[in-house]
Amino acid sequence: MNKRNFPSPLLKNDGWKSALPALISICAGLFTGCMIILAVAVSDSEISIKSGFEAVKLILFGTFAKGRDASGDLVFSLSESNAGNLLFRATPVIMTGLSVAFAFKSGLFNIGAAGQYLLGTSATLITALSLPVSIPRWLVWLLAFVAGMTAGALWGVIPGILKAYLNINEVLSCIMTNWIAANIVTWIFEDSPLRNAGQSGKIGYIKPTSMAGVSTAKLGLDRIFPDSQVNGGILVAILFAVAVYILLSKTVPGFEIRICGSNRDAARYAGISEKRLTVFSMAFSGALAAGGAALYYLSGETEFFWSTYQSLPKEGFNGIPVALLASNNPIAVIFTGCFMSSLSVAGQQIKNLTSYNEFITDIVIAVIVYLSAFSFFISRLIASKNRKEVR
Amino acid sequence: MTFLIQQTVIYAVPLMLVALAGVFAERSGIVNLALEGIMIIGAFTGVLFINIMQNGGAFTKDNAMTLMLITMLVCALAGILFSLLLSFASVNLQANQTISGTALNLLAPAIVLFLINLIANQNVLSMAEGDASTWFMIRKKALGFDTGKDYGFFLETFFFKNYPADYICILIFVLLSIILYKTRFGLRLRACGENPHAADSLGINVRKMRYLGTGISGALASTGGFVFALTTANASSTGDVAGFGFLALAVMIFGNWKPLNIAAASLLFGVFKCIAAAYSTLDLNGDGNFLLAQAGISTNFYRMLPYLITLLVLAFTSKNSRAPKAAGFPYDKGKR
Repeated sequence: MNKRNFPSPLLKNDGWKSALPALISICAGLFTGCMIILAVAVSDSEISIKSGFEAVKLILFGTFAKGRDASGDLVFSLSESNAGNLLFRATPVIMTGLSVAFAFKSGLFNIGAAGQYLLGTSATLITALSLPVSIPRWLVWLLAFVAGMTAGALWGVIPGILKAYLNINEVLSCIMTNWIAANIVTWIFEDSPLRNAGQSGKIGYIKPTSMAGVSTAKLGLDRIFPDSQVNGGILVAILFAVAVYILLSKTVPGFEIRICGSNRDAARYAGISEKRLTVFSMAFSGALAAGGAALYYLSGETEFFWSTYQSLPKEGFNGIPVALLASNNPIAVIFTGCFMSSLSVAGQQIKNLTSYNEFITDIVIAVIVYLSAFSFFISRLIASKNRKEVR
Repeated sequence: MTFLIQQTVIYAVPLMLVALAGVFAERSGIVNLALEGIMIIGAFTGVLFINIMQNGGAFTKDNAMTLMLITMLVCALAGILFSLLLSFASVNLQANQTISGTALNLLAPAIVLFLINLIANQNVLSMAEGDASTWFMIRKKALGFDTGKDYGFFLETFFFKNYPADYICILIFVLLSIILYKTRFGLRLRACGENPHAADSLGINVRKMRYLGTGISGALASTGGFVFALTTANASSTGDVAGFGFLALAVMIFGNWKPLNIAAASLLFGVFKCIAAAYSTLDLNGDGNFLLAQAGISTNFYRMLPYLITLLVLAFTSKNSRAPKAAGFPYDKGKR
């Protein structure tokens, strides 16, 4: 009998087998970040070793940092408000993660989530702020959300069509559409009355939607996580994750999409219209990314910096590690999204509390993506090690 | 006109060099999406090196050209080192090249901004003293020419107010194009990108060739990134080249992976990039009117023009483009 049929108990579990490479990537990424911090502390005379170790602590547990106490030591505590803020920040990242994961499942690399996110933001804000006051606010919320997702879908269709009918690499077209979107958004808001001219120093921002009375319902989450920004948006994001999971694994179109993702030619041979599916996948993917933007800005208090032409939103690109770490599993995206947002919180804490800056967490994220690129190799390594153990 | 040509050159030359970097990687069988990231690394390394050398006092304006040459070498070296990450992942670990390339594109700005913030306490690193044009440009005064005198169209356009770095880049471009097409090494490299199994059966070390291809690619892209920062950003590094590496990839596809076509394509893109950057001060026919600025079209439109044109050009030409057959696929000896 084949010995491969008897792996060790832990690795027999399929969930573990796919999660292990991700965990290894995370640990290696965090380890690299810590090493860089310590190396800087050792080589830079202006930064003490103690502050190096503080930064290491923050990179690992920054989400729970509360600041410094009277004696200057870091204080950590597990509080509901931190957890709530974490969930709030995770909402858009979960959505962009879903977007990238969905595209991956259909064999496409949606690196254009940033552009879709931006256009989703503008469509949402314009709808929420300019609809007449007579319309009920919940309806405005809904319309703004739908408008955002539609804008993202339309923007995703462009690289989709280019890929399906003209065979243009979607990575290239996505990057181009990202920068075009960045300029369009600046163009839209340049002389717009929606800019926040009322408050001094806020002209660079668009009015928060709460000024028009539109904000996401808390749905009781404010009682579970008091003093935090969390709102019903996170529940919507989780709902979307479940919906994408069901779509992909329980429905016929989802099945076709997955076939398309694993072998385009086989899909065509099986009579699946793979070109139409490619366009649909990019549209849906774009809608998800833009949905993240809509949820983030409909919270009511978040302000949008409209002069975007020089930089693309981070949430768009953070979708990539979120999806990769989750091995494109929509349910796992919820958790990796939370992890990614906790990393960005840690980055802000490092910036505020030490002489390092927030870009160290970007390094960690990049290392994680790099390692995810050969997660296949890692899982094969685990499998072969496992085989040796059996012998 | 002189201004238009000079501005076009400073955009077209780095584009050309970085596109050639893409060619070297893809011809050896590796898709180098990390061009953008490598450019960022190159720009940072170059600016940092100049900064350190200026602070050390070893160089002055008189021997700035030597400094520039050394800096270009240092950048090339940094590019090779950084691209090792890509070749290691895609050759040794058979990784997905799109994802590892993207990872490097994320890694480069992260490292660069992390270090710049530690060094300069802000998001920009510039030269320690002076600026790029007084140090690294060919100037009449420095060479003892009369500043007020006009020395004819040719000298005024292609010599004065030019960066020697651009001409060195063109030289490198020509040299490496010849190597790629007219030498035994070039033939072997291209074989690895078309049919690595056939190449392997004839005794060519595919792994080594792919390492070399990616290494050359890294050196070129990094140098291109430095020259880009030197000539268009006043030798400063911000951890960003605004999608220029991806424009270079588009130029590579548009140029059908062939050096001459790439040179022509980069000139075309250079013109658009130049219009986008300098449309408000562009005097096309020399009558003192700034036509483009007065046309009443938004700045934003000009700024998105290069990306828009790229998409359009790709849409019209991609049907006829022919990528190296094996590019993007990890080499697996047992597979055929």
